[in-house]
Amino acid sequence: MTKQTNFMRGVRRLAVGALALAAIGGMASPAAAQRDPAYAEARSSGQVGEKMDGYLGIVGGGSPELRRLVNDINIKRRALYSQRAQATNATLEEYALTAGCQAILATAPGEKYQAPDGSWQTRGSGRPLRDARCP
Amino acid sequence: MTNAKLIATGTPVLAIALCTGGCITVNAPEEPIVIELNVNIRQEVIYRLAEDAGNTIEENADIF
Repeated sequence: MTKQTNFMRGVRRLAVGALALAAIGGMASPAAAQRDPAYAEARSSGQVGEKMDGYLGIVGGGSPELRRLVNDINIKRRALYSQRAQATNATLEEYALTAGCQAILATAPGEKYQAPDGSWQTRGSGRPLRDARCP
Repeated sequence: MTNAKLIATGTPVLAIALCTGGCITVNAPEEPIVIELNVNIRQEVIYRLAEDAGNTIEENADIF
């Protein structure tokens, strides 16, 4: 085998590698969709908060539009929980409660969440107050 | 599995007909406040589901 063919084989291998990398990049799921601006605004202004049960809650009164927005999100969350609960051999409530633990943990400082006593709390820089069973 | 439902119904405050100065009217909320405590869900179940739930939240950032 000549040096030339070895070189060519190396080039080909590199090309295949690059193609494989490109394919992996292409397969990666597209960046998760962003929050609707109205929802993002309601969160940051503390009009909505994360409840312990895995659903979004309205803090205070809430306009009809806000209620609609929260309802819409909660219907979507429920469908998702139901689907994942089935896939993980869990009940809807088990999955939703676990998601609640995680969603509360994921709140940003200034956002609202529901503490184990049911009160609305504003997330500070430390860990949120969560159910004792939360991981 | 039983969900202990604590239903705190807003007690309608009866307007006192002959209310004089200094009277405050409190309106009851439109819907009852329902807090569901899933007391029978065990910690080990939550620990088992934690990673999957975390991923679900990350992958559906538009509704979380």
